[in-house]
Amino acid sequence: MHDLGGVSPFICAPVDKEPHALTEFDRTVDAIRQVLGQKRIMSVDELRRGIEALPETDYHRLSYYQRWLRAIVAILLEKDAITEAELRRALEQQ
Amino acid sequence: MSMNLTETDSDRLLAALRAVLADKAIATGAEITERIRVTDAGGPAQGARMVARAWADPTYRALMLADGARAAEALDIPMRGLPPLGVLEDTPGLHHLVVCTLCSCYPRAVLGYPPFWYKSAAYRARAVRDPRGLLAEWGTVLPDTVKLRVVDSTADYRWMVLPLRPAGTEGWDEARLAAIVRDGDMIGVTIPAIAT
Repeated sequence: MHDLGGVSPFICAPVDKEPHALTEFDRTVDAIRQVLGQKRIMSVDELRRGIEALPETDYHRLSYYQRWLRAIVAILLEKDAITEAELRRALEQQ
Repeated sequence: MSMNLTETDSDRLLAALRAVLADKAIATGAEITERIRVTDAGGPAQGARMVARAWADPTYRALMLADGARAAEALDIPMRGLPPLGVLEDTPGLHHLVVCTLCSCYPRAVLGYPPFWYKSAAYRARAVRDPRGLLAEWGTVLPDTVKLRVVDSTADYRWMVLPLRPAGTEGWDEARLAAIVRDGDMIGVTIPAIAT
């Protein structure tokens, strides 16, 4: 899921113009991506590749920043910036 | 990868990621908080200041059209480390509309977080196929004589629109001009107007 120019069925859908306030979750994920970018640990292009790699059903089920979070974690694991064991341990402590 | 990331609860996953990043000093809590503060300080008011200055000052207008990032920095908007900013000049015969068909690339330094609609599948799909129909959803109707140019924003190059200064604003100072410029005006879905 990425190049949506002219893509059906969205081409027939109205645009939701309502403002949707960002949550603390959204702001935090956004900020993490920025810090990783500034430290050259992960680029915007890598983020996008991670988002595009999500299965289409997940892409539509997850919110914008929920997709970002999955992509960030997947890319960091792939680049060995973090390990699965570290993440698993941290998940158990949540 | 064996972990099923999409099945993990988002809040729990974020908390775990934060813990690992903090442990490894990749991203500390303080660094994340500082980024949130800086990002929240951005927003459409920054871009509106640039537009107002360009309407009032031809020298600044020339700088803004030549190099948007330098023009932003001239108004103390931090651009270091960010992609270049291109500025699209509307004329009586040409209107611009910005979209990111691939994702949601947005001139964040000058407009802030991208709005929900800009990120939506419908906006991204329709901007390049039926832009006049899309604009109509905002009540923006361009005469047939006005050409409409749609420009794709990317991760490496961001765009904003320098809209036409509305009639009836003669003699206004920059602060008053800036107050009528909204985020949609600088993406091209709307046109600056004076409240009547």
